[in-house]
This record gives sequence, structure tokens and C-alpha cells, in this order.
Amino acid sequence: MGLETKPLSTLHERSSYNVADFAVPTGREEEWRFTPLSRLKGLHNGTAGGAGAVDVTVDAAPEVTVETVGRDDPRVGKAYVPADRVSAQAYASFEKATVLTVPREAVASRPTVVTLRGSGDGTAYGHLVVKVEAMAEAVLVLDHGGSAVYADNVEFVIGDGATLKVVSLQDWDDDAVHVSHHHAQLGKDATFRSFVVTLGGDLVRLSPSVSYTAPGGDADLTGLYFVDAGQHLEHRLLVEHTVPNCRSNVTYKGALQGDDAHAVWIGDVIIRAEAEGTDTYELNRNLILTDGARADSVPNLEILTGEVAGAGHASASGRLDDEHIFYLQARGIPFDEARRLVIHGFFAQLLEKIEVEEIRERVLSAVEAELTR
Amino acid sequence: MSTLEIRDLHVAVGDKEILRGVDLTVRSGETHAIMGPNGSGKSTLAYAIAGHPKYTITSGSVLLDGEDLLDMKVDERARAGLFLAMQYPVEVPGVTVSNFLRSAITAVRGEAPKLREFAKDLKNGMDALSIDPAFAQRNTNEGFSGGEKKRHEILQLELLKPKIAILDETDSGLDVDALRVVSEGINRFRGLDGSGEKIGSGADTGVLLITHYTRILRYVKPDFVHVFAGGRIVEEGGPELAEKLEDEGYEAYTKATA
Repeated sequence: MGLETKPLSTLHERSSYNVADFAVPTGREEEWRFTPLSRLKGLHNGTAGGAGAVDVTVDAAPEVTVETVGRDDPRVGKAYVPADRVSAQAYASFEKATVLTVPREAVASRPTVVTLRGSGDGTAYGHLVVKVEAMAEAVLVLDHGGSAVYADNVEFVIGDGATLKVVSLQDWDDDAVHVSHHHAQLGKDATFRSFVVTLGGDLVRLSPSVSYTAPGGDADLTGLYFVDAGQHLEHRLLVEHTVPNCRSNVTYKGALQGDDAHAVWIGDVIIRAEAEGTDTYELNRNLILTDGARADSVPNLEILTGEVAGAGHASASGRLDDEHIFYLQARGIPFDEARRLVIHGFFAQLLEKIEVEEIRERVLSAVEAELTR
Repeated sequence: MSTLEIRDLHVAVGDKEILRGVDLTVRSGETHAIMGPNGSGKSTLAYAIAGHPKYTITSGSVLLDGEDLLDMKVDERARAGLFLAMQYPVEVPGVTVSNFLRSAITAVRGEAPKLREFAKDLKNGMDALSIDPAFAQRNTNEGFSGGEKKRHEILQLELLKPKIAILDETDSGLDVDALRVVSEGINRFRGLDGSGEKIGSGADTGVLLITHYTRILRYVKPDFVHVFAGGRIVEEGGPELAEKLEDEGYEAYTKATA
């Protein structure tokens, strides 16, 4: 997917390891127009300092190898080439990368939890590579918290017939800024399940992307976000179908409440001419709970072959349905409780997809906490 | 002993007046049927009493045991003992029947039911209405057929045990078997056995049954029949009035108010 190899789609204009290949964004570019650049703390224009720290600790399943490696490690930057300036800045600036490996045919006996904790001042950069070798299976939790200005890239390399399930929780302190790319590269018949939960932080811009190297790949990306007053939570998805007979499904749902709560969801899917038999669907729903909150939702589907198994998208943003509330109230349930039940119901089907019970309970209680704010 | 008193009720949707002075009293132990042609305002009466935000009360009063329902929020009316079985029950995504019913019972009784007791009541209630137990874990009304939605309304009626129940076209869209099952549920709520005789001294509940057809009245025998046309009650009588409507239809009434 470098500059030289493929005709570029309008949805995926360039990628490079070199920061200088990307102009400093002005906010007028399609890919930056929703992001308040003034709140990026200089991540986009080279003025961000270093010296910050995000501590990375890994509690790995016994079957999983954990290494901390230098920039020159050959496994780094293999699956993903930065696709925007902040991503390239993160790639140019990180000092140590974490590499997790699930060996061939190994089945991890418990989730591997990577805890990332910001410790205040300064800017920090990170890089994580997760290699799931052929026929192996693992569950991974990325747990982001604390206070930080943090830009990072994550590469999920999922081998033939392998399965990786990832829960990425962004529950930063109120002042944190996090710009992140998660790229999953799926081998033949590989399975990828991503569950993104974004709750805390001043500005979070997370860009999950998926590519396939062989037929049979199956990617399911789910997201849940709850935006409070003043928060900017942005998710930019890109699925590139370049080989035949792969599947992708994207479902993101968010609730917004309070002044200047801003959610952005971009869902780009490209089905290239070679990708016959592709089956893809993407959906975004926003529940706007108060005045003063805003949701931007932009699905883009670019289809370059007529031979698809299925391709569709849906996007809707709306308020709580008065009829739902009336029905519950007509059975004696007070308004606040009715509202809580309906919002809970809005997220319920997503929450069921989190297979790690401990994480599901934690996300559930985080959503409950948001509802009582 | 409870009484629902509707006095000179006028209701508008937007600036269009739908109800033009309705007077009606329902006491516990009584079943009133309101019959009338489509568009006569029958459902407006039901939803206005329950407090649906679409309807504006322009004058009149609705008292339940002397308390003004119109001063209460929707949920307060329900907790005061009013129940509306809806013609089109609402699908609530992601909220299971079990969770919904437990929340409703907790709200109406003022305390959470014991889990075991709730499970037993729910199972018995569902059995009596021939509802598949799997429905407890399905989302409320989501993907239910018309008949399943109506059974689910009657299940709520039996579990919540209101003082006064308004049943808005509960019979519409039901086949004969479903109509019988649903009617039996209503009769249990009225404190009547299978042959329509009072169990003990009957139940302390009143029913306002809104319907377009006489069919359900063969199973749920009314004490009073009111004919509704043009936003008000135009004729009242006993069960024999329903027989007359069966034979003659509503034509006489719609002409009179047109």
C-alpha cells in the first residue's frame, strides 16, 4: 500500500513513514476538517515537545511473548505505513516499541492486558506490534488512562487462520489528547474482532484500519463512545478490500450530552476491482441527549467492482424517541429511569459482543456512570 | 373501590379539536365498552387520559379516586393505578421483556419484587397467555407479531394490577385463538372465571374497553356500551346496544355528526 504500488483511492490518498511527506494540516483538508487542531497540542505541526511519558505495562497470557525493542527491529512498520501527519510524527518519534507475539497454533489461555498510563506533562509517542502467527488465537485488551498528550501507531498482524480479538478502552483524564492509528492486516482466513470504547479525554482521534493480504479474512469492528460537554471524540475507520472474498462489518454507536460535546465518525470502505465477492456493511448511530451536542457522521463506500456479495452503509443521528419514553412511563417507570433503560438498550447489543466478562462489566459500569452524570 | 371520572373532556391535536366534551364514569367492578367508527376519537380518549405528549387537554377533568390525573406526569398516572393497553405497543430496542417488566413492577409497587417471586409470576403469567417463555429474554415488542404484542400488553395488565385499565383496540389484528386467550386474560383481571362468573366477590378493578367490533364483547361481556362519534359519546346503553351496532353498523351515528 505504499505510494508507488497501487492506484490511490480518494479515500486513502497517501501513506509514508516520512513526516515531511505530509503538509502541516490547516483544518481545511478533508481528513482534518472535523478535528479542532488548536487542541492537538502541536502534534500536527511539529511544535509538540517530547519528555512526556506514557507507561506501558503488559500482563500477558503465558503463551504470549512480550518484547521491548528499538526502532530498528524488523517487525516494526511492516504491516502499516503512516497515513497522516500525526501518525508519521508518532512513527518518527517513538523510542521503544512493544512487540507481542502469539506463536503459531498457540491459543492464549487468558486475555493479555496492555495498560497505558499517562503521567502528566509533555508529549509521548508509542508503537505497538501484535503478531498473531498462523492458526493462533488471542484476546488483547489495551487500557488507556491517565493524563497525556499521546500519539501512537498499533499494528495487528494476524496470520493465516489466526484469530485476534481486541478491546481498546480510551478512558483518559479530562485534559488528555490521544491520536492513534490501529491497523489490522489479515492473512488468509484470518479473523479480527475489534471493540473500541472511548469515554474520557479532551480530544481522542482514533483511526482503525483494516487490510487483507489473502482471501477469507473476516473483520468485525465495533465501537462505543459517550461524549460529554467539551469533549471531541473522533473515530475514522478505513477498510480496504483488495483481495477477493473477504468480509468486513463496522458498527459504531455513540451517545452525546452537554455543550460542545462533539462526536465524529468517518467510515470509509474501498472495494477494489480485484476484491470480488466482498461482503461489507458499516453502520453508525448517534444518540443526541441534549442541546449543544453535535455529531458528524460520514460513511463513504467506494466500489470498483460489480461483483460484490454485499455492500451497504447506514448512518443516523437522532434524539431519544419520545414513544419509547412514553411507553415505559405509561408503565409507571419514572422519566430518568426510562431514559436510562433506553440508552442502555441502545448500547446493549454492542456490549454483548464483548466476550471478556470482566471488560464487559467494566464498560457497562462506565456507561452507567456516564448516565448518572 | 375505585372510580375514574371523566368530566367534559376536550382534547386537541395541534389546533384541531378531537374530543368535544366527554363525560364518563368507570367504577371498579364495571366494564364499559366504547364503540365507534374509525376517526371518532376513541383512541384520542385513551392516549389523552394516559398523558401522551401529542394530545393537549383544552378543558375538562379526569379524576381517579378524586385525584386529578391531568396534573400528573405519565408515570405518576400509572403509579396512581391507571393502565393503558396500547393498540400499537412500542418496540423498545435493547430492553428485554424481563428487564422492562421488573422495572415496571418495581416502579408501580414502590419496591423491587423478590427475584424468585418475580420469576414465578412471570412464568405463570406467560403460561396463562400462551407466551413462549423465551420471550422474556427478547427485546420489548421487537419483532413480535401483532398478536404477540397484544398478549404482552395483557401480561403487563395482569402483573401490574392497576385499578382502572383502558384497553385500546386490544382485539384488533387477533385471530380467534388469540382473541380467546387475550379475553381470558382480561376476564382474570376482572376477577371472573372461565364462564364469566365472579371469582369470590370479583376484582376491585374497572375496565374501559375501546373497540371497533363487537367480536370481543362475546368474550368480555360489558356492563355498559357507549357509542362514540364526532369526539363525544352520542348514545349509551347496556349490552343490547352492542347487538344493535352489530346489526346496523355506525352509519346512523356518522351521518348525525357529519
